[in-house]
Amino acid sequence: MADTMHLSIIAPDRIFYEGDVTMVEFRSTDGYRGVYPGHVAETCILQPGKLVIHEKEGTKMAALHSGFLEISPSEVRVLAEIVEWPEEIDVERANKAKEHAQRQLARYHSDMNLMRAELALQRALVRIDIAGKK
Amino acid sequence: MASMTDLKKRKSSIESTGQITKAMKLVSTVKLQKARQKAEDSKPYFDFMYDTTTSILKLSEEIRHPFTCGNGCKKKAVVVITSNRGLAGGYNSNIVRKVTEDPSLDKKDVVIYPVGRKGKELLMHKGYEMGMDFSDSISAPIYADAYLITKMLINDYREEKIGEIHLVYSRFVNTVTQEPRSLQLLPVDPKQHTGDVDANTLMNYEMEEQEALEEIVPKYIASLIYGALSEALASENGARMQAMDNATSNAEEMIEDLELEYNRVRQDSITQELTEIIAGANAIS
Repeated sequence: MADTMHLSIIAPDRIFYEGDVTMVEFRSTDGYRGVYPGHVAETCILQPGKLVIHEKEGTKMAALHSGFLEISPSEVRVLAEIVEWPEEIDVERANKAKEHAQRQLARYHSDMNLMRAELALQRALVRIDIAGKK
Repeated sequence: MASMTDLKKRKSSIESTGQITKAMKLVSTVKLQKARQKAEDSKPYFDFMYDTTTSILKLSEEIRHPFTCGNGCKKKAVVVITSNRGLAGGYNSNIVRKVTEDPSLDKKDVVIYPVGRKGKELLMHKGYEMGMDFSDSISAPIYADAYLITKMLINDYREEKIGEIHLVYSRFVNTVTQEPRSLQLLPVDPKQHTGDVDANTLMNYEMEEQEALEEIVPKYIASLIYGALSEALASENGARMQAMDNATSNAEEMIEDLELEYNRVRQDSITQELTEIIAGANAIS
């Protein structure tokens, strides 16, 4: 079996990434997962998390917040609503968002707001994490 | 016959109007190029989204979900994408006509969600009910706007405030052709999705198909709205470019006519003066 697969990450306003990779890691509704070439066909919904692209020459990281992903044995296609390279992240803003989300979490107890604040917190944490590692 | 000063004044006024329309044409040409690029960039995302949605709908044909079967409400939400500014020829009125002349959109059952002030004003004047206004998002469409509009629409749909969602915008065919177009967003019509997706492709879903539908349909709608916004902006600038081009050539034509008339009047007055001088000289001698 081929040791690489084709990965394309498509954002609404651009093609974010396109290339041959040996593995890709992401966070779906089931938690962090890694996909190697030859995976069975599957569609998953993404959660805010780190996206790690393993190329032959090394790894690349990005913050992937929402969208879904289609796996076939030779190809992975990601439809990303929000995706950022480390250098595109505004750390200061992410830090502020983190504080804000934490405050919201402490204050509100209604389900809807809780969910929203939790998501915002997740996004902020991922951004800070990714941006710190570049 | 108009006097020389009158003609001169008119000519200079038309000249300055022509200058303005010429400048506006140049501005829209540049804007058009940008908007066109953006519309093209959003194509791959949309195409992929369309494929995925089609294959999901195919797999879940038996699933009864409000997104595919409707929720029984009679109200129809219509998202109308026009421009915030005028001077774009028939651009806005063509889109508005698409709404008013659609026999399936009865005025009593329709709520308009306007994107673009011009369309909003026109439809409000005709007595349509207005929903939330998203006009600010048309000047520079970003995906977040489309997402926001979708979220609100889906919310209303879930609460059964609206039973159908339509989208009316202007499709960008090429620089000189823009075509008003109406699409039904919800309930998703599986008949519209008879693409060439191989029905035998085995696709597993991490979650239940119902859940997948629930997640993917809103994203699909957001991508449609985003695509429509970017195309509408390109169409708007295309329409304005054309309108301003026409205006400029009209102004040039008028200036030419006035020039001719002005010269005629000038010649007349010279001839008259000469006749008077000669007559005067004859009288003295």
